[in-house]
Amino acid sequence: MGESGSLHMPPANSTIAGEVDALFYFIFYTAIVLFVLVMAFTTYFIIKYRRRGQRELTSGVAHNTKLEILWTVIPTILVIIVFVWGFKTYLRMNIAPSDALEIKATGQKWFWVFDYPNGANSMNDLVVPAGKPVKLLMSSQDVIHSFFVPDFRVKMDVLPNRYTITWFEAINPGEYDIYCTEYCGKGHSEMLGKVKVLSEEDYEVWLASAAVEIPEGMSLDEAGAQLYTSKACATCHSIDGSPGVAPSFLGKFGSKEALVDGSEVLVDENYVRESILNPQAKIVQGYQPVMPTYQGVLTDRQIDALIAYMKTLKQ
Amino acid sequence: MNVFPEHNYLAEPKGLKSWLLTLDHKRIGLMYLFAIMFFFMVGGIFAVLLRLELLNPGPDIMEADTYNQFFTLHGAIMIFLFIIPSIPAALGNIVLPLMLGAKDVAFPRLNLASWYIYVFGALFALFSILTGGVDTGWTFYTPYSSTTGGSVISMTLGVFILGFSSIFTGINFIVTIHKLRTPGQTWFKLPLFVWGLYATAIIQVLATPVLGITMVLLILERVFGIGIFDPAMGGDPVLYQHFFWFYSHPAVYIMILPGMGIISELISTFSHKKIFGYKAIAYSSLGIAFISFLVWGHHMFTSGQSEMAAMIFSFLTFLVGIPSGIKVFNWVSTMYKGSISFDTPMLYALSFLFLFTIGGLTGIFLGALSVDVHLHDTYFIVAHFHYVMMGGTVMAFLGGLHYWWPKIWGRMYNEFWAKVAVGLIFIGFNMTFYTQFIMGSQGMPRRYYNYLDQFQPLHAFSSYGSWILGLGFIVMAFYLISAIFKGKIAGNNPWGSLTLEWTTTSPPDPHNFAEIPKLEHGPYDYDKVVAKSTLEE
Repeated sequence: MGESGSLHMPPANSTIAGEVDALFYFIFYTAIVLFVLVMAFTTYFIIKYRRRGQRELTSGVAHNTKLEILWTVIPTILVIIVFVWGFKTYLRMNIAPSDALEIKATGQKWFWVFDYPNGANSMNDLVVPAGKPVKLLMSSQDVIHSFFVPDFRVKMDVLPNRYTITWFEAINPGEYDIYCTEYCGKGHSEMLGKVKVLSEEDYEVWLASAAVEIPEGMSLDEAGAQLYTSKACATCHSIDGSPGVAPSFLGKFGSKEALVDGSEVLVDENYVRESILNPQAKIVQGYQPVMPTYQGVLTDRQIDALIAYMKTLKQ
Repeated sequence: MNVFPEHNYLAEPKGLKSWLLTLDHKRIGLMYLFAIMFFFMVGGIFAVLLRLELLNPGPDIMEADTYNQFFTLHGAIMIFLFIIPSIPAALGNIVLPLMLGAKDVAFPRLNLASWYIYVFGALFALFSILTGGVDTGWTFYTPYSSTTGGSVISMTLGVFILGFSSIFTGINFIVTIHKLRTPGQTWFKLPLFVWGLYATAIIQVLATPVLGITMVLLILERVFGIGIFDPAMGGDPVLYQHFFWFYSHPAVYIMILPGMGIISELISTFSHKKIFGYKAIAYSSLGIAFISFLVWGHHMFTSGQSEMAAMIFSFLTFLVGIPSGIKVFNWVSTMYKGSISFDTPMLYALSFLFLFTIGGLTGIFLGALSVDVHLHDTYFIVAHFHYVMMGGTVMAFLGGLHYWWPKIWGRMYNEFWAKVAVGLIFIGFNMTFYTQFIMGSQGMPRRYYNYLDQFQPLHAFSSYGSWILGLGFIVMAFYLISAIFKGKIAGNNPWGSLTLEWTTTSPPDPHNFAEIPKLEHGPYDYDKVVAKSTLEE
């Protein structure tokens, strides 16, 4: 397997990738041959038949039945090969093996949530075991997104009110980029994630630990700092005061916020909790009501941890 | 010595009113030409700004919201206000009746109406830019477009109105081609540009209403929440994609077919050689027009449509590629045993051959289902359609513009600077867009304001290319404008062409021909007739 990738293709790290690449390169080299042929004839003709002197009558040759049949039939055969080949792999890409590990993927502006069979969830990082087929059951909370992992050659749109499916089997442990490839607004290009492929043992260990709300021996604010990135708060809320899609967390706790309805609110524990569970209730001036609810994603203990973390972010 | 004709459509009748109320197809075509060139410039400025922003990852010169609006406007303006009307409504309007030996199009008033409707639609688009902008992408996908802020309604209303302008031009051309051919000009004695316009007109008339309906449904969705596309109300956002591409895929052929027609004229004229496979080229235009209605689902291979549908659309997509390939082979064969000169229009035709062949061949990657899954919505697609639309249609448009320039204005442009501009555009174009193929197959998604560091070198190279490309167009603007006033007088037939438009004066009389022209030979009979170039006299 080409782990290093080439000029045109990224590393191939899923079981299907090699099959896709084989067709890609078949078309690539066929196309180069055809292109070179067309350009070679063009170049030869424009040199050989360049005008020297006056306009004169030229040859009336305007047909050659054999040639015309040839240049219709050969490309037709070539594209039929490409069609059948592409369709066969496409079917394999769309039908998940029955023993696949099923993970629920949810897209929303602008992050991914992954729910695992044991009740654990993760945000933006999809953790999977190597060497085992993984089936993603996908849907969106708002607009259309699309789940794309270049190194696995998989892509599938993620729709509201409908499930779509994609699957892959990662070959090697490692980290692989996830992109959103259906335009979804301001944070579209920040809707990134990683597939973290672990060995099967590491995956089991991770899965068990991920089901725990707050890791043992960790203080609340440390856990909050971890949740800040793992639950994708970081996509929109900065911690250095720089403005983004949403207000920065720096020095926010204990301050007063002006709301779009003209009123003011004190950023206290209850306000933060409300903003996490019911983000549309109070919108800060200068921002759009774009935050999705974290109802069901964060537990009470995790919200406590995030509040504790926000308290540490003093100006 | 060539003399500038005293009676010509540019000089008489005089006055602004005579232009604004003109029924002369040449004047209407010229007014279209000015309008589309203006929007080509606006769309181009957006493009250069987008590339400037993409020079480095992270914010450079604009915010994400601004970027999203700019790429939407770049696409919407280039497609709806520039490229769709570019060849048919501007060049076609001017040239079609002349090629048929006719006095005007069949419905001159409808022709003027279509220009005013175009301007009216364009005003809606400008209004949307000034009142909040639009950030949906030119495809207006639901549910994003039905929920985002900004002036989506006025923009889609603009697109709806522009559709009528396109339909009117289509109807006008169909009737003109059927009814106004000069005596003796049978279908197979028509110049191939006319065949291209005819196939285009059929698509314009049949497909554009679907776009209109789709835009109305989208507006109703936004204003009244009728729920046809809204999943929360039982609607289907994918249905929107079906409706949209049912028009917008045939629209791709509205853009390219007339361009292919121009290329047939240019290669035959400048090779001074009978076109190879006349009937194959003519029929393939109609074949493309017909199959183009049945391939829209290839925009949706990852949308969740059924595997069966994907399979059928993939197959038909390959089928539509064959006639385009045949055309390329015919053009190359036309040069065989010709007498080839390298005037600027021919350089555009050769650029077209190079770039369009790449555009066409990269389409095969995208028609193949498994490979498309990887390439869909990446920069590979962006590169592919720029090679087809800009490398194809725009190169053909520029070739046609330079070819008929002496007919339109009666004067030549500066050949040296014109060749400099072709060179800059060709090099700049390839730098800008070939890099995007590589980025795309490496996984760089399109419509990204920000990107990962690994793509920086390629993005930067692409942006440098866009500067060279822009410079080419600036050079062109200078020499073309100066040619209007100071260019060398061209005479009736500077290229020694055999089609009818070259038998009348340049610029033509307001009534085109002094008397109904007699067809003495076919459009490409360079094996029987040598028409002297008026430039070489």
